[in-house]
Amino acid sequence: MDWMAWTWPTAIFFMVIASLLITFTILAIKFPETPRTGILRIETTRGDRLFITLLGSAFINLAWLGLVGANQPYALIVCLIYAAAVFRWV
Amino acid sequence: MEKTVNQKAWFLVLPVLILVAFSAVIPLMTVVNYSVQDTFGNNQFFWAGLEWFAEMLESERMWNALGRQLMFSAIILAIEIPLGIYVALHMPKSGFWSSFCLVLMSLPLLIPWNVVGTIWQIFGRVDIGLLGYTLDALGISYNYTQDTLDAWITIIVMDVWHWTSLVALLAFAGLKSIPDAYYQAAKIDQASRWKVFRFIELPKMMGVLMIAILLRFMDSFMIYTEPFVVTGGGPGNATTLLSIDLVKMALGQFDLGPAAAFSIMYFLVILLVSWVFYTVMTNLDKQEG
Repeated sequence: MDWMAWTWPTAIFFMVIASLLITFTILAIKFPETPRTGILRIETTRGDRLFITLLGSAFINLAWLGLVGANQPYALIVCLIYAAAVFRWV
Repeated sequence: MEKTVNQKAWFLVLPVLILVAFSAVIPLMTVVNYSVQDTFGNNQFFWAGLEWFAEMLESERMWNALGRQLMFSAIILAIEIPLGIYVALHMPKSGFWSSFCLVLMSLPLLIPWNVVGTIWQIFGRVDIGLLGYTLDALGISYNYTQDTLDAWITIIVMDVWHWTSLVALLAFAGLKSIPDAYYQAAKIDQASRWKVFRFIELPKMMGVLMIAILLRFMDSFMIYTEPFVVTGGGPGNATTLLSIDLVKMALGQFDLGPAAAFSIMYFLVILLVSWVFYTVMTNLDKQEG
């Protein structure tokens, strides 16, 4: 795997995403759910909300980097708030 | 009706997942790894953190390429979608000529991208190309290798020539699926041609048109081969679209780090747009169903 040029931060990043996906897969199998309609007026399941959260978080991080440019870890706090909002209202 | 979702069927797609892992996920992971490191070759990498992302976000070069890219996609959509609908509306609905038109329309779609580029590159040349020579003979100054406007017109006309058929074929399929009863009802109400189009044909075509817009947007947003063959991104940087710029950076200058950061942002934008279109499309389906 040398050619993939792994680093610990990127490995942890992918492990977090993989474990999120696995957790949500298990959740979806153990506790089947009914899609619901939130403020976006679209039907979403937990998986959809996770996708919206992850994609949105990527943009939040980029926006933080571009606009603030320092203290990148604080962007993760914004992401957490965003995630909570998505899971509550979308 | 409320129904619960059973996600177990997802296990059936495991083989595809494995295939996609090798063709897309592993390369993507490698790109992520590259984007946070610097290399001087020799497979030696040095940690750079988010430096490349910050650099790319401030890079005028990237924003300019993005601007050109959005302009290109907007122009070709604005031409291809109405033109495709217009062609579909005027195609024979059945019989020999209908099949003939369908075959004729699909021809440009069968030509490989680089061949399309080569065709137009020669077609537009002033010395040997039919288009370039004719324009020159008519006294119109045209040179796509030196004039920005000419280069843009050439790649836009080329894309319109290549892909309008796809929109027309999709729109035609949408039109064919409208039952005669709708037209008969419109006739009884003495609806004008415009009203038939506005209130029957257009709403019924909405689903396929969304697919057409999505396909054309994504394809034009990622376009590489045709403009690369015709103009090579020139004159200057006038037609250097996102992917051409990306390849220049990654393979031309071998700046793997910035190019990786660039492509991740490119990927995120495409992912976002695809998701929006997909959501709109599935919701349209649900409303119809």
